[in-house]
Amino acid sequence: MANESDLPIATAEQRAAALEIVLRRKGEMPGTFVSDFTDHAEEEWITDNGARMVARAWVDPGFRARMLADGKSAAHEMGFEFPEHHRRLVVLENTPDIHNVIVCTLCSCTAYTIIGAAPEWYKDIDYRARVVRESRTVLREMGLDLPPTTEIRVWDTTADHRYLVLPMQPPATIGWPEEKLAKIVTQDAMIGASRLDKLEG
Amino acid sequence: MDGIHDLGGKQGFGRVKYPSAPHHETWEPLVRALSAFSIKKHIYNMDEFRHAIERMAPRHYLTAPYYERHLTAVATLLVEKDVVTREELEALVPGAFPLSGPIGPGRLPCPPQSFAIGERVRVKNEFVPGHVRMPAYIRGKSGVVVGVSPPYPYPDASGHSMQAPMEPTYDVRFRSRELWPDSCEDALNHVGVFQSYLEKTEAT
Repeated sequence: MANESDLPIATAEQRAAALEIVLRRKGEMPGTFVSDFTDHAEEEWITDNGARMVARAWVDPGFRARMLADGKSAAHEMGFEFPEHHRRLVVLENTPDIHNVIVCTLCSCTAYTIIGAAPEWYKDIDYRARVVRESRTVLREMGLDLPPTTEIRVWDTTADHRYLVLPMQPPATIGWPEEKLAKIVTQDAMIGASRLDKLEG
Repeated sequence: MDGIHDLGGKQGFGRVKYPSAPHHETWEPLVRALSAFSIKKHIYNMDEFRHAIERMAPRHYLTAPYYERHLTAVATLLVEKDVVTREELEALVPGAFPLSGPIGPGRLPCPPQSFAIGERVRVKNEFVPGHVRMPAYIRGKSGVVVGVSPPYPYPDASGHSMQAPMEPTYDVRFRSRELWPDSCEDALNHVGVFQSYLEKTEAT
């Protein structure tokens, strides 16, 4: 079907507005759905959720073990939700010798209710094409220069389970309370594009 | 389908734009909400949605921002599911409203088989006309099962409005050097692979 018309393509904004009209008129979409959904997504599906899970895993060995065994149960324990099709959350533990990094080469799947909406770079076609084949170079270009001895494990989100990287705790933050630790955990670190361990206290 | 969306391992791409520049387009959250509503109302499912994106004209796919791809898929499915006609949609905008290309046949899963953690498996050398969640870079390649996930609807059926039996997926670990010999960096590549895409290797 593509663009069979000779007309220039309407703007994305105009096309999105047209779809809203269609769903209101013919799909019985309530007038408040868009604002309610957007508010819920922006208030509930935030990076802070995953950051709090990571911080708790750093201070609570029992929680860490449960999170590594079953990330979804650990998230539920903290009150976080998943869409119906995310039936499993696999937590990938970074170590000094192993670095995990997540991608979705076929689209841009992420555990968005846990780490927040995917950042632009994660959806970038350059990232999707390259990180599976030249992970070390891509990470270096993004500011993460891993030692040659560190094994890189790339995880392609092609099925409907989701991944979360458990970063290593920065040594300078040992002894910090959980709430303070959660503030240093970034979305990029939970995808594997950065590490936190060199952070100064 | 061997579509333009299947980008993993394609060469010639450039530097990742990192960190991302902030941008706030009001139509993007709108599209996200419209798609969420359509799925909630069962107008289409996630696999049909993904496949509608995959069916976009390649030139359009590569140049459209992320949420424009979503927008195109929502519009395509609303037309295909008879919620609105293409003419009605076009009458609502001052210009063209490109949609994705037509849908081909889906397929059903293979008879159940099972694979154990640690087992060496091979991805079948299949060329699928419709929706499939097997990236081309693992086609025909062998790896080791490192994880098993709960059953999901089989996407090759689900993406084509067919009744989709559930089947488990396996996290399979490949060595980058076996995927792209002589032309890659060392890494372990893990891919979530539906059971029907896999076969036993002779070694087991």
